[in-house]
Amino acid sequence: MTALPVHRTHVPFRAVAPVVVVAWLAAWFVNLPLANWAAYDLLGLERGSHLGDAVAFFLLDVPKVLLLLLGIMTVVSFLRSYFPPERMRAALAGRGTLPATVGAAAFGVVTPFCSCSAVPLFIGFVEAGIPLGVTFAFLISSPMVNEVALVLLWGLFGPGIALLYMAAGLTVAVVGGLVLGRLPLEKWIEPWVLAVRAGGGATSLDVRLSVEQRMRDAWTSTQELVRRVLLYVIIGIGIGAFIHGFVPTELVAQIGGRDNPFAVPIVVAIAIPLYSNAAGTIPIVEALLGKGMPLGTTLAFMMAIVAISLPEFVILRRVMQLRLIAVFGGVVVAGILAVGFLFNALGI
Amino acid sequence: MKVVEVLGPGCANCRRVEANAREALAIAGVQAEIHHVTDYREIAARGVLATPGLVIDGRVVSTGRIPSAGDIAAWLTE
Repeated sequence: MTALPVHRTHVPFRAVAPVVVVAWLAAWFVNLPLANWAAYDLLGLERGSHLGDAVAFFLLDVPKVLLLLLGIMTVVSFLRSYFPPERMRAALAGRGTLPATVGAAAFGVVTPFCSCSAVPLFIGFVEAGIPLGVTFAFLISSPMVNEVALVLLWGLFGPGIALLYMAAGLTVAVVGGLVLGRLPLEKWIEPWVLAVRAGGGATSLDVRLSVEQRMRDAWTSTQELVRRVLLYVIIGIGIGAFIHGFVPTELVAQIGGRDNPFAVPIVVAIAIPLYSNAAGTIPIVEALLGKGMPLGTTLAFMMAIVAISLPEFVILRRVMQLRLIAVFGGVVVAGILAVGFLFNALGI
Repeated sequence: MKVVEVLGPGCANCRRVEANAREALAIAGVQAEIHHVTDYREIAARGVLATPGLVIDGRVVSTGRIPSAGDIAAWLTE
């Protein structure tokens, strides 16, 4: 047997995990007093002043968002590694429309997915005979009930709004999937997709990952995520801090308010080009909500940012005609508008 | 001679898998050709649902993650 040269020594993750958890908790609890101390004592800014409040908001939120992303995302990525798309496909194939659609939306929350995988996933689903509506339910829920968005909503607004967001997102995905499933859309799929046959459809993936490998993967992908979004997070928190300190509450309430019927469509239109900046946008949303923006408008804004992805539409063009992408996008936008109007009308 | 295929549309993650595969060949001391499969038809025909994927001699060993050079070296010598 050939001896493999040891090229890097790793401390096992399970050994350092408890230390990291304690350090994380300590940083989490020291964050608020430290931010206030830095803004009001160290920098000598006045409590309640525009600048003082804006600086304190910034100093509080940057470490908070980073801690949430680093800590929770590592745990979430680890758990997600147990729900690969191949397993989801096996679970969904051959089920009735309603259970399959609900299942696909639920899988969207936990299955790791990036828009560059949208095409192979779409082909794999079509090939396994999974109805188009079920596939679309997954394609709606996977980015919308996105783990980054959920983690940040939970950390910054509490579990109530995070769960409300998740319920609304899953509803849009299920209803959207059922509606799309009723339409005759198969003719707008590129013909070559229907011709792909992958040897019976079963994936021969039989390599099992160890817990240690899954932990290492989770930490690596979290580091990458944070590196990718860091700049947007800091810019977003900067804008949020400015809104928090300087923008008058009356202005936000007037423009985004319940009485303005155009508020929801306007925020959705603003949100569409902001894709992939969910991490940077939530601090802005946090400041707007604090200034009296109603919940419906806020939820619609968030959903439109993460769910309507122009890059993903471009990628999907490889497997479907533009008309089908337009119908798909239209159904998602309609769902988001409905959520916005409904929550505003309920006056929550 | 082994055949190593990296499946993916050419995104950053796929290039990382390819780099790790080259490193793995050096670690394991194995001769192999590395192909980068970017055509979606070809990727789908191998039954892979999440990119980047890695195939060694027709066996799908990894999908939807970036295996380390050490992982790949172990698969190469199995």
